[in-house]
Amino acid sequence: MTEIKLTVNGTARSDEVEPRLLLIHYLRETLGLRAANVGCDTTSCGACTVLLGEESVKSCTVLAVQASGRSVTTAEGLVAEDGTMSVVQEAFRENHGLQCGFCTPGMVMASTSLLAENPHPTEQEVREGLEGNFCRCTGYHNIVRAVLAAADKLSADSSPSEAEILGVDEAEAALPSAGVPGAGVTA
Amino acid sequence: MSILGTRVLRTEDPGFLSTGAVYTEDVQDERLAGACYVHFVRSTVAHAKINSIDTSAAKDGEGVVAVYTAADLAADGVKPLKPMAPNMNQAMLQTLLASDTVRFVGEPVAAVVTEEMYQGEDAIELVDIDYDFLPAVVDMNDALSGERGLLFPESGTNVVCTFGDASAADPDLFEGCEVVASEVIQNRRVAPAPMESRSAAAVWGEDGRLTAWIPNQGAQGTQGALAAALGVTPDLVRIITPDVGGAFGAKFGVDAEQVATCWIAKQLGRPARWSETRMENLVGMTHGRAQQHKITIGGSRDGTVLAYRLEILQDSGAYPKFGPFLPSLTILMAPGPYRIPRAEAWATSVATNTTPVGAYRGAGRPEAAAAIDRAIDLFADAAGVDPAEVRRKNLLPKFTEPHTTAFGAKYDSGDYVTALEKALEAADYEGLLAEQAKRRANGDTLQLGIGLSSYVEITGPGGEAGGPNENGTVEVHPDGTATVLTGTSPHGQGHQTVWAMLVSDELGIPIDKITVKWGDTDLVPKGGGTGGSRSLQLGGAAVQQASRELLDVARERAAETLEASPGDLVFDTETSAFSVKGDPDISVPLSSLAQTERLFVRSVFTAPGPTFPFGTHVAVVEVDTETGKVFFRRIVTVDDAGTVINPLLAEGQRHGGIAQGAAQAFLEEVVYDEDGNPLTATFADYPFLSATEVPSFELVEMETPTSYNPLGAKGIGEAGSIGSTPAVQNAVIDAVSHLGVTHIDMPTSPQRVWRAINAANGSKEA
Repeated sequence: MTEIKLTVNGTARSDEVEPRLLLIHYLRETLGLRAANVGCDTTSCGACTVLLGEESVKSCTVLAVQASGRSVTTAEGLVAEDGTMSVVQEAFRENHGLQCGFCTPGMVMASTSLLAENPHPTEQEVREGLEGNFCRCTGYHNIVRAVLAAADKLSADSSPSEAEILGVDEAEAALPSAGVPGAGVTA
Repeated sequence: MSILGTRVLRTEDPGFLSTGAVYTEDVQDERLAGACYVHFVRSTVAHAKINSIDTSAAKDGEGVVAVYTAADLAADGVKPLKPMAPNMNQAMLQTLLASDTVRFVGEPVAAVVTEEMYQGEDAIELVDIDYDFLPAVVDMNDALSGERGLLFPESGTNVVCTFGDASAADPDLFEGCEVVASEVIQNRRVAPAPMESRSAAAVWGEDGRLTAWIPNQGAQGTQGALAAALGVTPDLVRIITPDVGGAFGAKFGVDAEQVATCWIAKQLGRPARWSETRMENLVGMTHGRAQQHKITIGGSRDGTVLAYRLEILQDSGAYPKFGPFLPSLTILMAPGPYRIPRAEAWATSVATNTTPVGAYRGAGRPEAAAAIDRAIDLFADAAGVDPAEVRRKNLLPKFTEPHTTAFGAKYDSGDYVTALEKALEAADYEGLLAEQAKRRANGDTLQLGIGLSSYVEITGPGGEAGGPNENGTVEVHPDGTATVLTGTSPHGQGHQTVWAMLVSDELGIPIDKITVKWGDTDLVPKGGGTGGSRSLQLGGAAVQQASRELLDVARERAAETLEASPGDLVFDTETSAFSVKGDPDISVPLSSLAQTERLFVRSVFTAPGPTFPFGTHVAVVEVDTETGKVFFRRIVTVDDAGTVINPLLAEGQRHGGIAQGAAQAFLEEVVYDEDGNPLTATFADYPFLSATEVPSFELVEMETPTSYNPLGAKGIGEAGSIGSTPAVQNAVIDAVSHLGVTHIDMPTSPQRVWRAINAANGSKEA
């Protein structure tokens, strides 16, 4: 067993884990954060996407030990204490960007990361940015609409900081984000 | 103003978006405390005799609780799963774990039970199975001939069942036709691949009852199938349906692994859980489609179709599930929306050493649409008439009274020509033709293809005995909230929102005060579930009917309370209260009428028959004639499903269907090698459609209400996937038709397109 220390959705955590434990299973089974899902075993579908630092990663291809010393944000962490959803989450709802919901938490995290990197994406850039996240229900149409609408909303809200887009507080967003070599960074 | 017909946002979404939906794998329930984990050892070969299974090493594995094989099941008297229907070959039995023979890669052979989840992955590697290989029957034509052997030698054939009578074929069917075109086409096998794979969680109570959490499309059907497989009466089985992460036809009933998980929970006297990996899902969950068609179409040079023949070979996979039944639906819808004076169709379903085939979005109807709309284009090409003109000429004219086809389908209402014209106009068909002509004249590398499909499909069939029916229960509580119970079972469609809209519209209770429940067989003992696009037109209609009947009950109570005649009362949905006509100050709210006695109604809605949504899709593609690569550029669709209750959600259903249907046309395919090894068993290999491969969709509105239910609604869940497949396939072929290409099988991969171009070798080049 190995000890890991990390911040998850703003809360400091410390746990003893098996070295082979995947980050997704640490989040789901150890911490009980079950929004992110396991949709495949080849890092193809993105249902498990979370933010590691500011970057979206597929948490089925990251070991929990690799997240030690880092900050992890999941869909649960985008919701404010008063229950208000992030701009991206709200845009998914307003544009019916989800049906069965299985890909949704991962899709929301990938979209959040996409908008942090590129606040004014074209439709094509949204499609390319989400290529690594599969959805079987929506045909992607309303997901793309949702991301474009979120981009509009965020830019109308007078140049938001990256932290606002990410839905995390400044201190956490400022955590160093050392790269994780080959660790399922989304396309 | 009525809430019906408005774009109400889903009440499901805040939970789904923040903490996530609660799927079977997410379920935390005290009854499941201390659950063990089930893993399956699966066959790595397509066809073999099992000589021996050595489980000794696995039994010593870390955390291993038990290892089971078919022998353990047999010793406990567990019977094999029977073929789905009586007309299927009854010798084709599946044991929950393979007994003496394995018949497809992925078939469960042994079950390993461990204390912890990760231990199972290690332990299944320790089970040693010794196989004696048999020739694999992979191609359905080989299955039909029997030359590569039989899957069930004792049955003497690979044929599961037949539909129609090939020997009664009319030798003169194409007599008098000036133009006859024929082609053997493949409607390839595809993977439903819902994002949530299969799973189960099971526990037996001290009362001898099983409680099972299983992702499904209809808890009552799952309950019946599970009870039968376990050899217990249905009252001993309670199914609870958590949120379901997509199903697409593949989560009806129960699968062998889920039955085995429940059986294991009983053997061990402790709760058991099972969740499959994606690799297991892609070989273990039923596949869809898998039909071969021989289509022959004939008619006059002016583009009038006179005769059509459809000969179907259905690949059922290794064990008869829903797959062998699919051709009956294909035959029923064979002529589609066209007026064809002479038509005949028949089918043979055969077993192969591949994953069993089941329902997949559309189930038999997309196959019919793909066949007839490919045939129409082949005929148009042979006759030298524009495909739009051939459709215009042969579509059934508008009808408002039911029209019965030669295959016995009773179309409730239709206006196919209007759908065609609307789609052509929205797509700017003439402009597209001009652009295509320009590119052809220039000899551009990137050629434009325009593909059409005019379809009609059948939705909302079946139910309990009698006509298509479904139940709904509405209860108003003293605090002003309401609860709805439905026999339908959403898995992404948004019933929670729409059923609440229907109740709110009748009772004036805000939708956020209405709770919709489904999928718990103790709460809802009967129901037909969600499939065949039946939910709104049957389940929604039942909920509306129950609401209206509840209002009748409430009116009687209000009359007593207000000391007035029921006929003198008016119900105001603004206040959700009854008042005396002309005296609004004397009123009583609905909630008050539930104070002393429960206020609820259970109602069953029965429709006169299934309904027949229709539409036209126009697809536009670009094809690189040097590489064969297809670029899917536009799709314009008219999908008329009668009255729309929530346009936002109806559009979502269309989007998803369009994407899945288009993916089948140009991208997705389950592939086996000649030994029956699956080559597409991961998401890295199966070409699952991604966001970059589809354009935004252009939806055109059209609503022709049905008279078969008070809502006027037909099904919309599958329409998109029925129209888009032939439209996209026809578009790809159209892009290169000037080079002499008349047909390219689905999916139109670069390799297939490139080969078709080269085989045609510019034979038709202007």
